Amino acid sequence: MSTITLDTVRKVYAGDVEAVKGVSIDIADGEFIVLVGPSGCGKSTLLRMIAGLEDITTGEISIGDRVVNKVDPADRDIAMVFQNYALYPHMSVYNNLAYGLKNRNMDKAEIDRRVKEAARILEIGDYLDRKPRALSGGQRQRVAMGRAIVREPAAFLFDEPLSNLDAKLRVQMRVEIKRLQKGLGTTSVYVTHDQLEAMTLADRLVVLNGGNIEQIGAPIDVYDKPASTFVASFIGSPAMNLLKVKGDENGLSLVSGKGLSGANAFGKSAYTLGIRPEHMSVVEAPKGDGNSGVDLEIKVNVLEPVGAESYIYGEFAESGEEIVVRVESHSTYEPGQTLFLRAEPKDVHFFDAETGARIES
Amino acid sequence: MKRLQIWDHVILLSGVFFMVAPVVLAFITSTHDAVTIYRSGLQFGFGDQGLQAYEDVLFRAGGFTKEVNGLVMLKNSLILGLGFAIGKIVISMLAAYAIVYFRFPMATFCFWIIFSTLLLPLEVRILPSYEIVQQLGMVNTYQGLIVPLIASATGTFFFRQFFMSVPDELTEAARIDGAGPWKFFIDILVPLSKTMMAAIFIIMFVYGWNQYLWPTLITTDESFFTLVRGIKQILQVWVGAQIPDYDQIMAMAILAMLPPVIVVVIFQSWFVKGLVESDK
Amino acid sequence: MKKVQFQSRLIPYLLLLPQLGIVGVFFLWPAAEAVRSSFYLEDPFGFGSTFVGFDNFIDTVTSTDYGRVARFTGVFTFFVTALSLGIALLLAVKADKVLRGASSYKTLLMWVYAVAPPVAGLIGILLFDQHVGPIVDLVAMFGWEMQVGVSYSDTAIAMVVAAVWKQVPVNFIFFLSGLQGISKSVQEAASIDCRSGFRRFWTVTFPLLAPTGFFLLIINITYAFFDTFGIIDVILKTEPGNNPVTLVYKVYLDGFRGNDLGGSSAQSVILMALVFILTIIQFRLIERRVHYT
Repeated sequence: MSTITLDTVRKVYAGDVEAVKGVSIDIADGEFIVLVGPSGCGKSTLLRMIAGLEDITTGEISIGDRVVNKVDPADRDIAMVFQNYALYPHMSVYNNLAYGLKNRNMDKAEIDRRVKEAARILEIGDYLDRKPRALSGGQRQRVAMGRAIVREPAAFLFDEPLSNLDAKLRVQMRVEIKRLQKGLGTTSVYVTHDQLEAMTLADRLVVLNGGNIEQIGAPIDVYDKPASTFVASFIGSPAMNLLKVKGDENGLSLVSGKGLSGANAFGKSAYTLGIRPEHMSVVEAPKGDGNSGVDLEIKVNVLEPVGAESYIYGEFAESGEEIVVRVESHSTYEPGQTLFLRAEPKDVHFFDAETGARIES
Repeated sequence: MKRLQIWDHVILLSGVFFMVAPVVLAFITSTHDAVTIYRSGLQFGFGDQGLQAYEDVLFRAGGFTKEVNGLVMLKNSLILGLGFAIGKIVISMLAAYAIVYFRFPMATFCFWIIFSTLLLPLEVRILPSYEIVQQLGMVNTYQGLIVPLIASATGTFFFRQFFMSVPDELTEAARIDGAGPWKFFIDILVPLSKTMMAAIFIIMFVYGWNQYLWPTLITTDESFFTLVRGIKQILQVWVGAQIPDYDQIMAMAILAMLPPVIVVVIFQSWFVKGLVESDK
Repeated sequence: MKKVQFQSRLIPYLLLLPQLGIVGVFFLWPAAEAVRSSFYLEDPFGFGSTFVGFDNFIDTVTSTDYGRVARFTGVFTFFVTALSLGIALLLAVKADKVLRGASSYKTLLMWVYAVAPPVAGLIGILLFDQHVGPIVDLVAMFGWEMQVGVSYSDTAIAMVVAAVWKQVPVNFIFFLSGLQGISKSVQEAASIDCRSGFRRFWTVTFPLLAPTGFFLLIINITYAFFDTFGIIDVILKTEPGNNPVTLVYKVYLDGFRGNDLGGSSAQSVILMALVFILTIIQFRLIERRVHYT
């Protein structure tokens, strides 16, 4: 168990493609860090650099007190769980778990003890003699985890380990990974493009975009105070509504309608306003003052009931900007119907229209 | 629908007849004695000689050859088929492993050198190849018979294709598990290639066994003759003969085809897989 | 080549050493030798050789004999390729369709793959034999006196039949695996869109099989050129006389029997160029096939 430190790590591929552009993260001992972002954001490259499977162009990675830039993957004291499990198809489950330990010339009895212990924790004891192809997806996933556990490494690295599982199993394994990690207390770095997985697993989230860190923080902080429009639209489902706002000497005004007023305190001509779908309520009539919140008038396009709740997909008559609103289950709204919506001031986010950066009010 | 199926079967049965009848006819005729065959042509019913012709061909020297019998030729055919197949698999797996899994300066150059051999079949460069083997003193040796045939890169090409399809994650997992290049090759790659090795073994065994032109040139000493090479001897005797030993000619043909046919039929699924995937 | 690779100074060269050694000694050297001697005239008594530039090539190409052999090779290749592809395609389509006995048909239609070309030639020459051959008896009923080994065209027919017999299985295997590679859902979609089975074959199945077909075309041309050596040698009973031979056979004849080293080498070099072109085409097709899947 140990800390992991990334100090302005860069990765440039042949042909001047800069996949990671100077990333620094301090990961505490025992912490569960999730790297999240869309495909191509550099999250997998970053993980593979920590594992030693990719060279580091510049910068420094340390595991514990040791700089590992030049250290072979096998000697970094890490274990990795791959997306497609990467189990050795010709070896039994037992040998899959034991292979790495055998290569370190570990004592046979100790290998056996560790394998049995991991099998017990993961409840795969009955399958130790089987080949991977005789296992179900979830069982293979457990074996892949087991191969990481037996190493008793300083850190676990997970590369989208759940993306090959079906939805139900994914939830189940997610819970299990979290329980396991807390139980073992091993520092973990987990890569995913699934924001829900990221939210539920992470002690701290690292949101990546185009090789840069957009935001680091506890999941709920990232949700409450997204640092940029990118984070705002990436974390949370359905995504936060982003509306255009004009600013001039008379104050602020929505491009789509009139339900916003207030002084142009930051002196810019354009802003982006963010409201989450779950932070609006349907009201009889607009309050009108605009001072203490935002009033919107939209036209309903589609009502989508998902059971526990329903979503209205609507648009603004003036500009055609689209909006998603969460409403109560069993609501009945007709397409074409006009609705008045209200959001409270604490739920309204402002971003710089040009840079996308959050503006604290 | 039903009538259509009947026609399908008629066409397929004609195809089967076209493929099978000549060999069956040859086998049936080989149970008659040469004079009967000479007088009344190929036979459609079994004769009274049984497998006498096979016994003659296998155990008696001096039919078509002066010193060796069919058994020796059978042994030589096996040596050629097995030696060629095993040699080819070992050499081409090593080469393909280097080409696919290592980054080194001369990689592209080596790749093209090896794959240029796919451009020129042995038949085209037969004369200079013969002269070089002669200069190296390898005429009438098993090495001279086998090694030059291995020069073509078909096997390397095949294993390269296969190695490329092995997931990268497996290599990465092995590296994290502390396996170096040799360990990875022996512990992971070779066991993974088992089916492919079996498939290519069958194809190469058949290819080696069936060689004709090269053994004809390289082996002049009868003790190195293969069964297929022996056919050349048959022809030379045939041309001068009053009544050719038809029964023994046919027995020889059947014997020469039997082992590779058995291998192909028994290991049909592997062989088809190998053939279709390797020639892609 | 691959995203994940090992780095080592020595190991890759060690691994390549056996292959490169054999390629160098038994491929590059003889190939270079063939090219070199195609520009020299060898003294028949072994007293050295003289450089003659392109004379060997000019002599070869302008000789009437060479023209005749080249023409025959073309005709032979055409018939062998067309017949073996056609028969194999028909059989593969039917074998893909039948429900009963499919695997027996498959085995019975492909086992001849394992038969050596000279053995195929031997079986062929027995069937066409003047004294004992049933085919000769059969066509005699129609008034055709077949004389394989004496008549130029009759010998050619025997060669084509034996060569086709030997080649049908390979084509059959590839066509069948190509047919089985066509996804069931595409076939089901086609059977909803098109009622006529024959039309469905030409408009859906055949185009999807085209990559396999092109690939086999090259394979078959190469086969007819080179791999039929054994068949031809046996059917001629190693004495060509006035009978048809192919270009490859002529390289062998002139080199080993005629002792015309320069001429034989020149012919080799011409064939090399031809194979080179065929292989380039084949590689192009392979690339395409890979992209399809």
